[in-house]
Formats: sequence, C-alpha cells, structure tokens
Amino acid sequence: MSPADPPPDSGLAVPVAPAPAPAPAPDATPAGRDGERPPRTRPFALLGSEIGVLFRRWRTWAMLGALALVPILIAVAVRVTTRSSDGGPAFLAEITNNGLFVAFTALTVSIPLFLPLTIGVAAGDTIAGEASLGTLRYLLVAPSGRLRLILVKFVGAGAFALAATLTVVVVGVAIGAVLFPVGPVTLLSGTQVGGWSYAGRALLLVAYVTMSMLGLTAIGLFASTLTSVPVGAMAATVVLAGASQITDALPQLGWLHPFLFSHLWLGFGDLLRDPLSFDSFGQNAMLQGAYVLVFGALAYARFATKDVLS
Amino acid sequence: MTDTPLAIRTTGLRKTFKRQQAVDGIDLAVPQGAVFGFLGPNGSGKTTTIRMLLGLSSPTSGTIEVLGEPMPRALRSVLPRVGALVEGPAAAPFLSGRANLHRFDAADPRSVATTRSARVDAALDRVGLMHAADKKAHAYSLGMKQRLGLANALLARRELLVLDEPTNGLDPQGTREVRNLIRSLADDGTTVFVSSHLLAEIEQVCSHAGVMRAGRLVAQGTLDDLRRAGSNRITVRTPDADAGRGVLARLGLTVDDASRSDGLVADLPAEVLPEHVTASLVEAGVRVRGVAVGGGTLEDLFVALTGEGFDVAG
Repeated sequence: MSPADPPPDSGLAVPVAPAPAPAPAPDATPAGRDGERPPRTRPFALLGSEIGVLFRRWRTWAMLGALALVPILIAVAVRVTTRSSDGGPAFLAEITNNGLFVAFTALTVSIPLFLPLTIGVAAGDTIAGEASLGTLRYLLVAPSGRLRLILVKFVGAGAFALAATLTVVVVGVAIGAVLFPVGPVTLLSGTQVGGWSYAGRALLLVAYVTMSMLGLTAIGLFASTLTSVPVGAMAATVVLAGASQITDALPQLGWLHPFLFSHLWLGFGDLLRDPLSFDSFGQNAMLQGAYVLVFGALAYARFATKDVLS
Repeated sequence: MTDTPLAIRTTGLRKTFKRQQAVDGIDLAVPQGAVFGFLGPNGSGKTTTIRMLLGLSSPTSGTIEVLGEPMPRALRSVLPRVGALVEGPAAAPFLSGRANLHRFDAADPRSVATTRSARVDAALDRVGLMHAADKKAHAYSLGMKQRLGLANALLARRELLVLDEPTNGLDPQGTREVRNLIRSLADDGTTVFVSSHLLAEIEQVCSHAGVMRAGRLVAQGTLDDLRRAGSNRITVRTPDADAGRGVLARLGLTVDDASRSDGLVADLPAEVLPEHVTASLVEAGVRVRGVAVGGGTLEDLFVALTGEGFDVAG
C-alpha cells in the first residue's frame, strides 16, 4: 500500500493531514504522531471538555432549576399574601416596594442549605463519580495526569458554584422585576443607588458567595478522592457544611468560630453599604484560600499515590 | 530475542496487597512488533500486572519499562503512545459514544485538537460504531460498549496496544474484525499485548505468549517455542478403540480418557517411534484409519502449566 493513496477502510489514517514523509528532516521540530504538528501540551482542552460535560448533564440543569425556584417561591409568596411581614429573612419587607430585593433575600435563604447542598453534590462527584463509572482509569491512561485532573475537576466544581449563585441572583432579579415595582435601591447605609450600581453590587455579591463556597468545594474534592461511591462523598460534604454552621452557632465554641469555613458565608453586608468596603471580602478570601490550600493538598496527596482499582 | 528492542520489559516486578503477593517477581519481555498473548487463570495477577504497566498502580518492587522508558516516571511521554482497553470498557452514560471519545481524546495532552473530530470518526468507523455513535452510552449493548472501548484505544497512532479481553461480548463478525484489526496493526508495526481466555483466538493471532500462574510467569516465549516445550502427542484413528487402547498400553503409552470414540490420543514419549506404534497396532489386528503426531494444543499446554483446579488461585 503506497503511502500516497488514503486507504479507504483503514481508519487510522488522518484524513486532514497529507501523507507524511517517511523520515522527518533532522533539523525539523520533533514530529508528533503521523507526522502531525509537534506535540504541545494542551492544558485547557480537558478543562473545556469538563465544563462542557458538566453543563450537558441533566443533573446540573435539574439542580440549577431547583435553585431557581427559591427566588420564584419567595417572590410569589410575598406577592400573593397581603399580610405585612414582621421578621422573616433579610430584606423581605423591602420586596413589596422594590422587586430588586428578591435577589438578596433569595441569596440569604439559599446560602445555609441549598447552595451547599448542590455544590456538595458537584464537588463530591468530581473524582468519585469517575471512579464509579469506571472512566477514571481511561482518563488517567490518556494520560490526563493526576494533578491536572484534580485541578480541572476543582475548577469545574467551582464553575458550578458560580453558575448556581448566578442562577439565584439572576432569576431573583428577573422575577422581582416582573412581580414588583422596580426603582432605586436603598442600601444598608441608607443611600439610594441606581440600576448600574445595583447591578455592580449584585455581581460583587455573586463573586463573594461563589468565593465563599470554594472552601467547601475543596473539602468535597478531598472527600471524593477517598471513595469510589460518589453519594458517600456528596453526603459527607453536605454534612460537614451543616456541622460547620451548627458549630458556628454554639457560643461555647466561640474560639473555633473564626476558623470555620462557613463563618463568613453571610458576611456580605459590607458590599451593600456606601461607601463600599472590601474588608469582609478580603477576610473571607483568606479563610477560603486556606481551606482550598489545605484540602487541595490533601486531595492531591491522596490521589497521586493511590492505586486506581476502579 | 535479547537483541530485539522490547516494547515492555519488567524485572522482578512485584505487587503485594496486605498479606497477598498478587504479582510475585515477574520478568516480562514483549518484543516490539509482536502480538503477545498474556494468559493465566482468574486471579493469577494478569490484571494487576496490566494496571502496573499503565501506571494505574505502583509496584511494590521491581522495574517496568514501556517503549523503552521507565514507568510510571515517564508516563506523560509514554502513555500518549499507548492505547488500552483494561478491565472492560467504560463510558459516561449520559454522553453519546462520540462525545465520550471526544472527552477521552481531550484528556490526552498530546492530542491535536484540530484533527480530533476526524480521528474520532475514523476510530468509530474502524470498530463499526458509526451508526450508533450519537446514541447515549447508557443505551449501548455490551458489544457496542466493547467496540467503544476499542475505538478509544485507536484514537491516535499507537505504538503499543494493551487489550484486556478485546472480544468480550462481540458477535462473530465483531470477533473476526478484532482479529483482523490486531493483525493489521501488527503489520503496521504496532506491538499488541492481548490478555484473553480464548485460547483458540490467541493461537490464531499471537506470535508470542506468556502464561501467569499464582503471580508468577511460568512460561514465556514465541508460540512455537511454547508448543515445542509441550509434550508430543499421537492421535490414532481406529474403529477398534478397546483393542487399540490395549496395544498402546502395552507399548507404555497412557491414553487420554477424553479421547473421542474413534480416536485415541496419548502422550508420545521420545523413545517410542510413531512408526513402531503403527506397526504394533496393525500386527495386533487393530484397524488403523489414520495416525497423526503433533504438539498439544495451547489449551493442553495451558492446563499443564496452570493446573487442573477449578478454584480461583487467590
């Protein structure tokens, strides 16, 4: 079989590249397989594929859909009842006057349970999910590299955290605009801000809450490397989120509070004041960063050395 | 054989699980370009060895060299040149077959993205999955999943293919196609390392073989060498089975119990010549329809090397 004619039934020939020269010139760059371009490491191909797969799953959209229900339920409940609300979640009273507060209320309500729940699912599934499907060994043999896989999975779960938070806020703004009058928003410090400033602050909130969840994501990733049963890792992650919040509510353990990853989850009040203060943002960033470093290192240490038997 | 470059070489490879020696010091030598059949009963350590070759497990002691480079240290440069189907195929059930292959290819840092679609299509075509490529993998039958696994191993030009039970679940056309595939890959210069229980298949495609038993490599070499190492067998076709048995017994040959009704199979020791056997049979009045002499089948050799026992070794 001459190298010039493409063999019709040999699927190994690459249709796009011309017939390769039998021996590359000695000064040419090292040839890849089949005389293709030289091999380059493509660090982002796996990440792109991972995020694509994550958002192609039915389960991801089901979780985002469930999260979207939170602001919808709040808005509809406030709209339908005529009783004035004393107490209840933050900003609830302001909703009737200005629909833009729905997003804030929804976020405040989602942070303790719904967000950690959905993000725990995404984070717990990272490595354990692949192991249970059996695809982990094929990814590693590709070779994806153990560190690269862990990093890609972490960023993927982080992308989900961002999508989850955005869903709550965007749907909140939308449903609030539909059901209630919209106008300049009164901040916690009393000043009123217009549409663009509101949008900016809402985005800052999204950034804050997403960043808050990164510590939990790292814990989920570590749990995921310990088992090949994804549900176990997911449950462990969500339970830890709950345990952290319970511990945070016990005054006897006050000395422990600043070290809990959930401690500053609801500390975004600074972003709703005028002038804008990034103090709590910075503090939370350091706290989450520490958790990401510690649990990330643990996850890598565990994953890099373990025998992949699944 | 010491001078041919080796695609896979292990020295004293050992893997201990808690108290059990799954792999007990093996020295594999797979020549480049060979089709190497890796045989062994269940539990003999074949899959553990394959996992260590691919960097999925780390050995307790010993060295591994795949394509001339040490594993698992050089896995980043070795594994892009290796295609594998290990312990059955696996795919994300919520993605189509094509999407799964895209995903596995994206995981390979040396794969060229611009040719990805073309290569995926070519691999799917090679295994006969083009029509089912866009169905979700959870809807695939066993044979289709197996073909998908094979396609994954063929996504790029590989220098080594490690195939664990490649014909599992395939229909006869599929089995024949895999055989042809292996042969054509071997002709191209690819080394193929096949682990299988189908000895007839191995005999048809393999040039070399290695037999594992309880973690040790009890035989290794070209298929001809292995067959010659087995004892010589004589097959006598005669309608007078009982009389024939008697004659052979008098000559010192033990006839197999499993001999067919019109044929007697016995081990032929070196000092007994086949023509002497024929002459003795004729003199005794036993009607002889045919006499054949040859090495045992691979199955006989395999059972001789690994024992008759049915229980799993470990």
